[in-house]
Amino acid sequence: MSAILETKELTKTFGAVTAASAISLSIEEDTVVGLIGSNGAGKTTFVNLVTGYLKPTSGTIRYLGRDITALQPRQVTRLGVCRSFQIPQVFDTLTAYENLLVGVGIAARHGGPRKDPEEAAEEMLQRFGLDRFAGAPAGILPEGVRKLLDIAMALVVKPRILLLDEPTSGVSSEDKFALMDLVLGAIRADKVTVLFVEHDMEIVRRYTQRVVAFYEGRVIADGEGAAVLEDPEVRRYVVGEAAPAVRPC
Amino acid sequence: MKRLDRTTVALLASLAALLASGPLLPRWALFLLTVSLAKGLVVLGLLLLMRTGLVSFGQGLYFAVGAYAAGMMPAADGLLLLLGGGIAAGAVAALCGLLLARYRGIFFAMLSLAFSMILYGLLVKTSALGSTDGFNVQARALALVPAGGPHGRYALFALTAAAASIAAFALHRFFASHLGRLAPAVRDNELRVEYMGASVRNVVHLNLVVAGVLAGLGGALTALAVGHIDPEMAYWTTSGEFVFVAILSGTASVLAPFLGAIVLELLRSFAYEYSPNTWQLVVGASMLLVILFLPSGLWSLFSRWRKALR
Repeated sequence: MSAILETKELTKTFGAVTAASAISLSIEEDTVVGLIGSNGAGKTTFVNLVTGYLKPTSGTIRYLGRDITALQPRQVTRLGVCRSFQIPQVFDTLTAYENLLVGVGIAARHGGPRKDPEEAAEEMLQRFGLDRFAGAPAGILPEGVRKLLDIAMALVVKPRILLLDEPTSGVSSEDKFALMDLVLGAIRADKVTVLFVEHDMEIVRRYTQRVVAFYEGRVIADGEGAAVLEDPEVRRYVVGEAAPAVRPC
Repeated sequence: MKRLDRTTVALLASLAALLASGPLLPRWALFLLTVSLAKGLVVLGLLLLMRTGLVSFGQGLYFAVGAYAAGMMPAADGLLLLLGGGIAAGAVAALCGLLLARYRGIFFAMLSLAFSMILYGLLVKTSALGSTDGFNVQARALALVPAGGPHGRYALFALTAAAASIAAFALHRFFASHLGRLAPAVRDNELRVEYMGASVRNVVHLNLVVAGVLAGLGGALTALAVGHIDPEMAYWTTSGEFVFVAILSGTASVLAPFLGAIVLELLRSFAYEYSPNTWQLVVGASMLLVILFLPSGLWSLFSRWRKALR
């Protein structure tokens, strides 16, 4: 397997705060990778850096061997690196179907497959089980449906790697597994590489082949899921287990 | 052949009705309709911008550029003057758009106003173009029909009605196309448009140019109908009037701007006739009533009516 995405010494500082500190990661093609870490650990910053929303203070990002460090989100997207959002970013006054049609149209203009756009949008609605919401304006849809639509909108522009920012946030714990089954089933049908930010360790354990743990902008553990989740540093800083009590003198 | 949709049918019916009633109308009504349809073209451009989430208080700029370009062209036929006006305004919009496309909301509105006032200032100071007096415009022919006289007036009216219908039809089709669909997407969520791989600035720029061309066509036709142009066409109150009409008509249909423009011209003419000293009061009060009772504009009367019929 070859690396689809590679970051070297990726660093981002906001004044005195270091949001990403020398992150070097290599993501293999056709895999599912989980990013974990407590709030403020730098997971979303990493997603923002890779997709061009933030410019790194130093370091490089390579996608399929090509340097994409200085590119804009739209340029990165056209190359095949897409993302979804923790808070759904949809077009409220357009219907769910039109939301996807916008994406199909953009992808077709930038070298994407030129099949029937209506058909492509409908196929994506079905894949995410959104057919019955097709004609409703996205602004009035329930939050869970907007979340699915947001991910479908990222997939409809034909990425090769998709970064999902907390796909299960705001979804009740009993619905999380069904949601992940649906989302990953839909995405992996195209063999798209997935990188997803997640807080629920059960989800991470079940759906990933590899887990990367962040803490204070650094990668503190990286490897196969179970091993990373057993790592003492990860247990302490990410899972949130109580640190061994320090005896008073 | 696919069945024609409702808007296309309404457009064809309106055009046929206009062309057929033209020869029967008194001279004042023919003139009023010609000027209304010409100004409706400018408002059609505003409707396009409003769909993108932008309100321009400077469409007078392109309106005046279209009119002055038509007035300064050596061509003798009104059809060529019309084309020249549209192209000149489109070129100016492409240039101003380089800067305008970066701004939104009140900044966009004020910058568009500033551009129009720069042109106003230039025109007022340019004695070669008649300064504040402007100059007369006269085409020798209109689409090969000799200008002047009842035939010439009807030819100009028919040309304006045809231009308005073609523009409305083109925009109606544009709204349903991929590029047209990007406009409300930009209005709703710019971040997402960029994250789907399209350039928001290019979308805004394109819509600015189309709106500029429409305003230029409207300006050239107004110049031909009135027979005179002056810097007032670029003044901010002219731009404000276009926004006024856009609010009066509503943005639900490509036909709405023409209805709104006709209503405003009628209102103004009759208010001026019957209360020459307080006509602005009548127009203002009418606007207030529309905002209070028809917040989606005059066009919403049709949608209410259609709902009631169901």
